[in-house]
Amino acid sequence: MLECKTEMEGHNMQIAVLSGKGGTGKTTVSTNLAKAMGWQYVDCDVEEPNGFIFLNPKITKTEKASIPVPKIDPIKCVGCQKCVKICQFNALAWVNRDVLFFDKLCHGCGACSLVCRYNAISEVDREIGNIDVGNDGEIACLRGTLDIGEPMAVPIIRNLKKMIGNENTIIDCSPGSSCTVVASIEGVDYALLVTEPTAFGLHDLKIAIELVRNMNIPFGIIINRASDEKDLIEEYCEKEKINVLEKIKFDKDIAVLYSKGRMLVEHDKYKDLFLNIGKRIEEEVSCNLL
Amino acid sequence: MKIAITSVTKDKESVIDERFGRCNYFAIYDTESKSFEHVENKGVTSSQGAGIAAGQQLLDCGVEAVITGYVGPNAIRVLQGGNVAIHKFTGKSIQEEINLFLDNKLEKINEAGPAHAGMQNRNGRA
Ligand code: SF4
Ligand code: SF4
Repeated sequence: MLECKTEMEGHNMQIAVLSGKGGTGKTTVSTNLAKAMGWQYVDCDVEEPNGFIFLNPKITKTEKASIPVPKIDPIKCVGCQKCVKICQFNALAWVNRDVLFFDKLCHGCGACSLVCRYNAISEVDREIGNIDVGNDGEIACLRGTLDIGEPMAVPIIRNLKKMIGNENTIIDCSPGSSCTVVASIEGVDYALLVTEPTAFGLHDLKIAIELVRNMNIPFGIIINRASDEKDLIEEYCEKEKINVLEKIKFDKDIAVLYSKGRMLVEHDKYKDLFLNIGKRIEEEVSCNLL
Repeated sequence: MKIAITSVTKDKESVIDERFGRCNYFAIYDTESKSFEHVENKGVTSSQGAGIAAGQQLLDCGVEAVITGYVGPNAIRVLQGGNVAIHKFTGKSIQEEINLFLDNKLEKINEAGPAHAGMQNRNGRA
């Protein structure tokens, strides 16, 4: 494996960390791995970003994230309804001789203003959240936060990903396998699937595996809250020839660090563990580049 | 006058579907011809904004009253904007509900039921 290493030079990896469901320790793995390896950390779990709670970076810049939405000029509008028909998201309706606009449903695709031949539609920015840029002294950190009650997560994730610098990066995705996860993992070099050894864990893991396989993303598994015995996840991965990168056993040290809101890598034992995970990922990615 | 009833199947004996935006069919009753026409709800196939699509469809059909269970806030905006009166069904057959409506005995719905009544939890969070 190690001979692949030289190929890595000059290539910056993007590694997505995902989990089929919430609460598997996805953010713990993302933040500690980023910290141990000195990789940039990007929180794409925009509905509930909490990686900054652990990393506690100094925020140097906050930008508004917005999407372009239509504004209809009732004087120019002749009521041809072309805009209503073209909108595949049902964000426009033709009601009582007026175009009704539902801002929360608008994806900002721009189709409506393109089809309006009467120039009645202009585009205005609608704010959907914030992007925070910062660093914790060692690693660069980015975070997207969607405004409360705001459904449009994908555009803010796209904005966020455009801001990723030219360096190795951990992308912390939202749980599940929705379109927000798809947007987060598009184009990454590797996916790290975090799960736990329970029937639910396996069930959700299978869904996540299907997603990354469909998107042709190489991946490996981390089993969190594991015990020494061989568990059902390992059995499954063995059968399916899936790479288990690490089992993180739940012990008292983790509980203590966690309860104090501290990073696991502050403890040497875990620092080594995450360094080891990071190195294995580097190897896997470099071999995939061949 | 045309009255739309959210319907599970395509016949007039069907039970009423409680969901406005995600019902399968609309049974559209014409008080003049005293006959039914069934149309598929276009909202059902929408990935989002089902209630808006369904409301738009009814406006385009010239419907003036709706009998259903729950209507989301977006659909209410469309229907009320189009001056369509929305009424709550009482659990009887379609024909009986229409009779109740014509006797002015159905309660009006002015407030939205839970939004996305027909939608699954969006991701892994409870
Ligand atoms: S396409 Fe333009 S003119 Fe036609 S209804 Fe829409 S806004 Fe009005
Ligand atoms: S920008 Fe796209 S999604 Fe938004 S209203 Fe126009 S067509 Fe619909």
